[in-house]
Amino acid sequence: MNKILFSSISKKFVLALAGVFLLMFLPVHLIINLMLLKSDPEPFNKAAHFMATFPVIKIIEIVLIAAILIHIFYGIFLQIQNWLARPVGYVSGNKSDTSFFSKFMIWTGASVFTFLVIHFFNFYFIRLGLVRGDPEDFYSVVHSLFKIPVYNYIYLVCFTLLGLHLFHAFSSAFQTLGLNHRIWTPVINVIAWIYAIALPLGFAFISITIWQFR
Amino acid sequence: MNLILKIWRQKNPKTMGNFVTYRMDDVSPEMSFLEMLDALNKKLVEEDKDPVAFDHDCREGICGSCGMYINGHPHGPVPAITTCHLSMRYFRDGDTIWVEPWRAKPFPVIKDLIVDRSAFDKIQTAGGFISVNTGAAPEANSILVRKKKSDEAFDSSVCIGCGACVAACKNASAMLFVSAKISQFALLPQGRIEAKERVRAMVEKMDELGFGSCSNTGACEAECPKQIKLTNIARLNREYYKAF
Repeated sequence: MNKILFSSISKKFVLALAGVFLLMFLPVHLIINLMLLKSDPEPFNKAAHFMATFPVIKIIEIVLIAAILIHIFYGIFLQIQNWLARPVGYVSGNKSDTSFFSKFMIWTGASVFTFLVIHFFNFYFIRLGLVRGDPEDFYSVVHSLFKIPVYNYIYLVCFTLLGLHLFHAFSSAFQTLGLNHRIWTPVINVIAWIYAIALPLGFAFISITIWQFR
Repeated sequence: MNLILKIWRQKNPKTMGNFVTYRMDDVSPEMSFLEMLDALNKKLVEEDKDPVAFDHDCREGICGSCGMYINGHPHGPVPAITTCHLSMRYFRDGDTIWVEPWRAKPFPVIKDLIVDRSAFDKIQTAGGFISVNTGAAPEANSILVRKKKSDEAFDSSVCIGCGACVAACKNASAMLFVSAKISQFALLPQGRIEAKERVRAMVEKMDELGFGSCSNTGACEAECPKQIKLTNIARLNREYYKAF
């Protein structure tokens, strides 16, 4: 049984499931962030407060953090195994016609992780009381951060890389979960395109609007 | 046409190899890639040098022996063919051609361009069969099979086990090979009986031999000389989850 639980396919299954959970979480986060565009800080702060205190969300939060950790751990573990599977590379490179961004998942993932660390320092750790700040007024925290140009540059680069990560991740998750269909797979690939472009664009739109126009 | 060949030369599995440059003049565009290598070897033998060792057998695109990595592609840059079917007309006068062996930990180099592909045999013997009692052949129509299913099973069964999928995959994953071997049985009623044991045993062996995992890059499908589809890998995943 152990061999089944820890086989390469099982690890990929867990990695994909955790990834799907993260894919579902991102639009929720974006919707809440859209409230930042209002001049009234109340709705966003209320939403942030709700997300921080509502018991059901608290449970989802634990699942979310577990999903992030599992996704990172299994992602790195499998990547190292994959590198070890080819100790000597090709001099003439690999010119196969492939899903381009799939080749860089570990690196786009690493950049998303870097952003996540910054994000945790700015918000999550404030809530936990580890970093100084007012956990009841995240609206002002976000607005003051988006006024810093360097923060915006990092934010935009990280979200571009997140888009590249999502581009492969979305359709790849379906394949790993065993869902490949003559008609539906091309549809999923189109949705993956839209998702991978629209989502980071949404986050970027908020940051640029606050930076330039507020 | 005149070509420059950069070929991986390695005496045995233990020694370090390196690329050796050969000039090949007056190569006919009608030659196959293997015939061009034959001509090179003839020249090397006449010069009292060690000929380039490479695998080949049927030279009809069926046996899957002639695997070599040419200019960044397994079996060369032309899709859906094996190296023996690769014609020299696809190259241009003055081209430099890099020829390398398959690179994967489970496929160690034996000599020059020849790698040990017995890892595939080990996966196959772990479960890639159906157990039947020998005896007189039963009536073929006693077990009915949907035409669509039998066609799909046939499409999977055309895998020749050449190893191009492993060679092309950035993770040296054998998932396309294993998925084809799983699918050819999983789609037929005769194969369903041992489906769970088969998929468990073959995946376990694949992992044990040190192949990488699938990251759905699709290089295997792009390079497979028999055009085995990625849908097979999704089926392998499904079969594996069903075997829990």
